[in-house]
Parts: sequence; structure tokens; C-alpha cells
Amino acid sequence: MKILVCLSNVPDTTSKINFTDGDTKFDTNGVQFVINPNDEFGLTRAMWFKEKQGATVHVATVGEASTEPTIRKALAIGADEAIRVNAVPVDGFFVAEQLAEIVKNGEYDLVIAGRESIDYNGGMVPGILATLLGMNFVNTCISLEIDGNNTTATREIDGGKEKIATTLPLIIGGQKGLVAESDLRIPNMRGIMMARQKKLNVVEPTSSNSATADVKFEKPEPKGKVTLVDADNIDELINLLHNEAKVI
Amino acid sequence: MSVLVYTESENGKFKKNAHEVASYAYEVAKQLGTTATAIAINASKAEELGDFGISKVLNVSNDQLKTFNAKAFAQVIGQAAEKETAKVIILSSSADTKFLAPILTAQLKAGYVPNVVSAPESTSPFKVKRTVFSNKGFAITEISSEIKIVGVSNNAFGSAENKTTAAVESFEPNLGDDSFTSKSIEIDKVVGKATIADADIVVSGGRGLKGPENWGMIEELAEVLGAATACSKPVSDLGWRPHGEHVGQTGKPVASNLYIAIGISGAIQHLAGVSSSKVKVVINTDPEAPFFKAADYGIVGDAFEVVPKLIEKLKEFKAQNA
Ligand SMILES: Cc1cc2nc3c(=O)[nH]c(=O)nc-3n(C[C@H](O)[C@H](O)[C@H](O)COP(=O)(O)OP(=O)(O)OC[C@H]3O[C@@H](n4cnc5c(N)ncnc54)[C@H](O)[C@@H]3O)c2cc1C
Repeated sequence: MKILVCLSNVPDTTSKINFTDGDTKFDTNGVQFVINPNDEFGLTRAMWFKEKQGATVHVATVGEASTEPTIRKALAIGADEAIRVNAVPVDGFFVAEQLAEIVKNGEYDLVIAGRESIDYNGGMVPGILATLLGMNFVNTCISLEIDGNNTTATREIDGGKEKIATTLPLIIGGQKGLVAESDLRIPNMRGIMMARQKKLNVVEPTSSNSATADVKFEKPEPKGKVTLVDADNIDELINLLHNEAKVI
Repeated sequence: MSVLVYTESENGKFKKNAHEVASYAYEVAKQLGTTATAIAINASKAEELGDFGISKVLNVSNDQLKTFNAKAFAQVIGQAAEKETAKVIILSSSADTKFLAPILTAQLKAGYVPNVVSAPESTSPFKVKRTVFSNKGFAITEISSEIKIVGVSNNAFGSAENKTTAAVESFEPNLGDDSFTSKSIEIDKVVGKATIADADIVVSGGRGLKGPENWGMIEELAEVLGAATACSKPVSDLGWRPHGEHVGQTGKPVASNLYIAIGISGAIQHLAGVSSSKVKVVINTDPEAPFFKAADYGIVGDAFEVVPKLIEKLKEFKAQNA
């Protein structure tokens, strides 16, 4: 089985978010970039398939040279090879079109992407990719079993979960649940050394048009001060929620 | 050329978000000088959408579509868009719609913008405001493709009554076997309880509750308020509560009217998921807990003393206001 894990390079979750150039660009100053958390769960599940069922695992990202430390981390965790499409990821459609070329050329059976990346929260790359390629697709996937060509995936739905039976080739939009938090791996020295020898192929983008563009950014209004209520005066809290906030 | 909106239903009944997206579609149609058409699947009272400004409903009655299937549903909406020559399509932010939206986007070679929080800033060029960086910022995004798909955030626009008469037409999509290459084999869903996605009120517990055995009071508080229950990430990692209840950046987003956080510190990743909730109440022993900076109302106190009292007082309040 050949697996491709799509990685998004995103600001670490604790990053302060600021904008520059008249609020038209994200300020990367002092921001540390990491593997998108949803993708990290997918990468770890891919390692499980590799170790337990036998699979080759490649990772791919659409991004400039600055994303390479993130890709190297995936190689250090155990991915076999990496592909970087040398382009700024303008929007989800653009990214999906670039990845579609890689999937077509690499003949992957399973493509694991994250449900959404935590920077632009688009949540569209896996679904667009699957549709462009005519692959089956399961979103918000929290468990995946593969038996020959048959797959059983569980996805999160509003208020519960749903089990879906389908077949390879498959693409999933994954998240926590694919593996437990405690299964996530930290690269060790040996992994880091081995990663240096692994192939990191750089390919140029196929020409493509993006359909959307962020023309301006804003930050949320600063929050007003909290109204503290004494623990012995619950009536006051109920009064505030009823008469002031009007939520009960 | 009308604006098309997909209005979700469950067991024939429109979901709450259907009214919200219908209201949104009416607003966009008004801005564009056209009308709003809804596409509904197995809805029993399709004409009801007239209350929210919808002039026409294409209603599909099809047993194959009784259970949600992302690919098939996307095809139905795509075919409806073609019939109506719709250039703008409005969707909700439910788990199902977010599943079908990218499929529809690819089918129609459209530009899709999810997490939109208000009516378009302008329609020519077409610009909408959406949340980015897990609610730590907003982007004004321009959609340049011919077909534009807008995903409206839960509870962001609200529903507005605009009474008109909706003409209901039956619509027969063209679906082949290749629309059903995935099969739903089991659905495990809590019934009769508010879900995090739809609830007006969410009661959430963190590690401060010390263990799963203490969740009884969280559930009781939720029951009194007709609320959904939720939790912070460590709580679901520790297995105290199911995954599906974990809210935050790597969990579910909450956009309720009231969010009550009990024994939750308010780490940045947790706040990312709850910041679109309108009113936040925090109960925490630590006055320095970061959540107090993000909250509207707070009680510095021990959850094990405060919550039982709050339940009693709310019961009294409900009895008086019944
Ligand atoms: C990549 C990444 C993604 C993450 N995503 C998420 C996410 O989506 N959602 C999420 O929640 N977290 C997420 N986290 C984890 C987050 O950083 C915090 O660790 C987590 O939110 C803390 O949960 P907590 O507040 O329940 O626990 P704690 O931090 O342990 O806080 C417990 C709180 O309870 C209070 N308390 C203790 N006893 C009582 C009592 N008797 N009565 C009242 N209060 C009491 C304490 O004062 C404390 O403030 C993520 C972290 C990372 C690195």
C-alpha cells in the first residue's frame, strides 16, 4: 500500500496573530511553524499502517523552502520520502490542484489529509482533492481500518459518529481520534539523522488559478472586562444572565 | 439567476441552521437584486421557508437520500444550481455540509469561503468576512470565480423573518450508482439531547472537575438549561468524556449564545474554539485563570460548591418563569 500524507505548515497554536502591510499580510515575525495538528494525527496513523500492515509513506506539502524544517520533522518521525511543491499556498483550490498532480503521478492508494489547517481553517483541500481525482472521501475521520481493498472509516457527525464503508483509493480528512494524543511521536536522534538522508523532492507548481484571495485582515475587538460575581451570590449571576445578557 | 441555498433537514424537519442560511440567502439575493431559491432533501414542510424570504423551494423526495451521503448530496445541490443558473450558493456549517462543500466546490470549479460571519461586504467584487487563525482574526476574502460558495458560520447571522410565499417544486436529481460508492453502515447519535453544534447553551467541564465521576453535576446543570455538554481537550484525552465533546482548536467549535466553562483554565487553544460564543461564564478557583480575561461573567470559587447551588437556583428561577 502506498500512502500520501498531506502536511500543512502552520503557526504553532500559541502564536500571537498579527498583520502587516496595512493589514493585508500575516506577520510571520517571531512565529514558529509546526505540522498542522490535524495532519499530525494522520501522519501517526500512517506510521501505524506502515509498521503493522506494511506501507510506504510519503509526505507532501505545498509551500516555499521555509517549510522544509516541518517536512524534515515528518521524515524524522518515519515517513519514507517527501515532496514539496514550490509555491505559496494561495487558497484551498490551488493547493488541492497541486496535490492532485502528485497523487496522480505517485499512484497512492490512500491519501491522509487533516480535516482543516489551523491557520486559514478552510477545511476544503481533502474534499476538493478527492473529487478532482474521483477518489472516495471521508471527512472528520476519527478511525480508519483497511482490509485489502475495503475500508471502514468512522467520522464525527453533529451529536455522534457514523461508520462508513468504502474502498480504496480513498482520501480522508482526519483529526484527533485517528490515533490518541499519547501516540503522537517526538522525533529521536536516530530519526533526525536518518531524515537527512531521505529524499526531499522539490517540484514546480502546475499552472492554476486560485478562486479566492484574502484582501484584508482584522483582529477581533478587544474584550470588555469580566463582571465578577461573588460565589455566595448566585442569584446575582442568574439576574445578570436573564436581564442583562438575556441568554436565559 | 437566483441565489441557491441548501436547507438541511432531519427526519423531514428543517434544522435550526436552515432558517439561518435561508435568511442569509435572502439578504444576498436582495443585494444582488434577485430572489432566493432553496434546495431541500426529503423535507416535509418545504413551504415553511417562505417565512425566511425564500421564494421557491426545489424539494427532492428520494429514499436513496434518506441517510446523508456527501457525494450524492453534493450532486443534488450542483444539479439544482445548474437548473437555477445560480452563481451564488449558500451553505451552513454543520458537519454534513462541511463534508459536502468541497465536493461541490470541485464539481462546479467554484470558489468556496467557509466560516463567514456576516452578509457580503460587497457583491461586485464579491467580498465576505470570515474567521481565520482559529478565531484569532478575520479575513475579508474576495471570490473571483464565476460560481461562489459561501459557508455561513453557525449563529453568526441569525435568522430573520421575511415573510413571502414559497412556491414548492419537486426536483428529481439524476443520480447513478457512482454517487453511492460510500455506504453509511452505522450511526451512533445521541437522540433527544442538544448537540454542541445546535445548542443555544453549552455547559463545559475541564480538568478542574478532577474525574469523570464528577460529571453528574455538569449533566444536571445542562439538563436544567436545556444545554449540550462539552469538555476541554485533556478531559477527552484522559477518557473522562467522549471525543465528540472536546471543544477548541483541535476539537469542535462552539457558537452558542451562552457558554459556561467550569474548571477550565482557558488555554489559547481552548478559547480558539469558543470565542464565537456570545456570552461566556467562567467558574474557576484560580482568579488568575486566563479564561477570566475572555469571559463576560465569572465566579471565583470551587465548582463543587458553586455548581450545585447554581442548579438549585436555576430550578427555582425556571419554576418562577415557567
Ligand atoms: C496543538 C494543541 C492543540 C490543542 N487543542 C485544544 C483544544 O482544541 N481544546 C482544548 O480544550 N485544549 C486544547 N489544547 C490543550 C490546551 O493547551 C490546554 O492544555 C487545555 O485546554 C487545558 O484544559 P483544562 O483547562 O481543562 O485543564 P487545566 O489546564 O488543568 O485547568 C484546569 C482549571 O480548573 C481549575 N480548577 C481546579 N479545580 C477546580 C475546582 N474545584 N473548581 C473550579 N475550578 C477548578 C484550575 O484553576 C484550572 O484553571 C491543545 C494543545 C495543543 C498543544
